[in-house]
Amino acid sequence: MIAPLLSVEGLTKRFGALLVSDSVTFAVEERELHALIGPNGAGKTTLINQLSGTLPSDAGRILFADEDISHLPLEARVRRGLARSFQITSILPDYTVLENVALAIQARSGSSFRFFGRVGQERALNDEATAVLTRVGLVGRSTARAGTLSHGEKRLLELAIALACRPRLLLLDEPFAGLGQEESQASIALLKELKSDVAIVLVEHDMDAVFSLADRVSVLVNGRIIASGTPDTIRVDPLVRNAYLGDEELA
Amino acid sequence: MTGGTAAAANSSRAWRHPAVWLFAAFLALPIPAHFGANAYILSFATHAVALGLAALSLDLMLGIGALASFGHAAYLGIGAYSVAILSDMGHDDLLVQIPVAIAVASVFAGITGFVSLRASGVYYIMSTLAFGQMLYFLAQSLSAYGGDDGVTLAARSRLAGSHLLASDLGLYYVTLAALIAAYVLLDRIVGSRFGRVLGAVRQNPMRVRAVGLDPFRYRLLASILAGSLCAVAGVLLANQSEFVSPAFMTWQRSGELLVMVVLGGMGRLWGAVLGAICFLTLEEVLPGLTDNWKMVLGALLILAALGRGSRLSQLFKGVGR
Ligand SMILES: Nc1ncnc2c1ncn2[C@@H]1O[C@H](COP(=O)(O)OP(=O)(O)OP(=O)(O)O)[C@@H](O)[C@H]1O
Ligand SMILES: [Mg+2]
Repeated sequence: MIAPLLSVEGLTKRFGALLVSDSVTFAVEERELHALIGPNGAGKTTLINQLSGTLPSDAGRILFADEDISHLPLEARVRRGLARSFQITSILPDYTVLENVALAIQARSGSSFRFFGRVGQERALNDEATAVLTRVGLVGRSTARAGTLSHGEKRLLELAIALACRPRLLLLDEPFAGLGQEESQASIALLKELKSDVAIVLVEHDMDAVFSLADRVSVLVNGRIIASGTPDTIRVDPLVRNAYLGDEELA
Repeated sequence: MTGGTAAAANSSRAWRHPAVWLFAAFLALPIPAHFGANAYILSFATHAVALGLAALSLDLMLGIGALASFGHAAYLGIGAYSVAILSDMGHDDLLVQIPVAIAVASVFAGITGFVSLRASGVYYIMSTLAFGQMLYFLAQSLSAYGGDDGVTLAARSRLAGSHLLASDLGLYYVTLAALIAAYVLLDRIVGSRFGRVLGAVRQNPMRVRAVGLDPFRYRLLASILAGSLCAVAGVLLANQSEFVSPAFMTWQRSGELLVMVVLGGMGRLWGAVLGAICFLTLEEVLPGLTDNWKMVLGALLILAALGRGSRLSQLFKGVGR
């Protein structure tokens, strides 16, 4: 058996006396969509922060593509193919949509310590950024300042930037939050398409989305993974039903 | 958008660019000055152009990188003392003095930036102020160069062996040439890959990290570049005043440089130059009009700051990781 793409062992995080990640252990295979669900305050965002290197962990180990990345900072993990999106939209408001995406491409193609060439005229960056924007359906807004986008468009841009990093594993923290019905459906369709190229850890409250997309689901409650398995087993797991899922949501 | 202020990008529109008008006015200035109070106007203009260069360099940090350094005048001091000390040692050519000033400024910016840039927001500002003050007190202790009183230069610097700077007009045009060269250089840099990262670091450092880049390196290099260019301004300013003292690098002077950049509008490069001219002109003209000129100046500054409020607020957001 080949080793999983991401494997997490005993990951722990405390905020003062509050134990927010309690010895979390799980794995993500290549091209797997692994959903991470749990009630508000369960510690999902904190776990994403630890996996991505945004927050240091107090204990535990993270192996990514057979390398121990536990002590690498966020930017070093991104360069190894571990990209993330943020629950609270994080973009560059003064730059155009195209420039936002082109920066992510520039970051992984050639040095950024170049001082004289006009970056705005680099065809390779602009063409690839346009291709990514076409894929997420935002190409029509390429020249708009990112700060002027609607909430839904900003969520799409956030996703486009993460994709432009060309990750092997994408950590998505509630990418559908606050989206309208139509935008939501389009994003779900997009993730279905992406699944064949890239592994994804998806934090999401929308159970329809989770159960239609996920290969595996892990349930996080009070910082502990209380169950992990296929959507069908999670759906009927009595522990999960008890602790978290309302019966009506599963009908 | 910060994708290059681009005077040169589109030559058919270049004449409309404010920088072109600004520099054209500077180039033509000696003509009317020739018929008026020649020496005074030319000396004032040289002073203004040199400080314009200092403000321009600070705009790379403040306007593009959101780094509100409160110690930038230290680099004027480094440039000025390079002239005083090297001239004293018999090296009175700009071709020696400028490279030495740039080297010393780079080392100082590298070391102090390495420390200051670990701090964030107000702590960064305080840290740059502290380093600036350290250099100020060091200059005060240089008894061989007059200590607190400073030292008068025996002569202006030479340029490649020539005595071009000995004439006021020669010094003016050399100073102006340095300003224009620095502007063209920074305009290119702002529009480059490096400039795009630096502008992104200003807007959202976490986003920059999340695409795989370390903001610290870009901030540090911007500080070194800005310090180096400001040291060149110090070299020219020393030649203009023919006198060097710790007063070149007071914290008040650092504050004035910040004010110039804000007054002219941050992040536009030519705005910093315009801000320097406006500030120095107001400082010259207002005292003749009213005793409360500092209040008038203060009110003007508040208006300028409000006009660019959104950018100003970014200064106090996180600088560190
Ligand atoms: N920086 C912090 N300092 C102290 N406590 C924190 C910090 N960040 C999060 N917490 C606490 O840790 C717990 C987990 O928060 P987290 O944001 O990870 O939850 P979540 O599962 O993402 O919730 P949601 O579904 O609402 O996004 C919460 O109780 C929260 O208040
Ligand atoms: Mg969360």
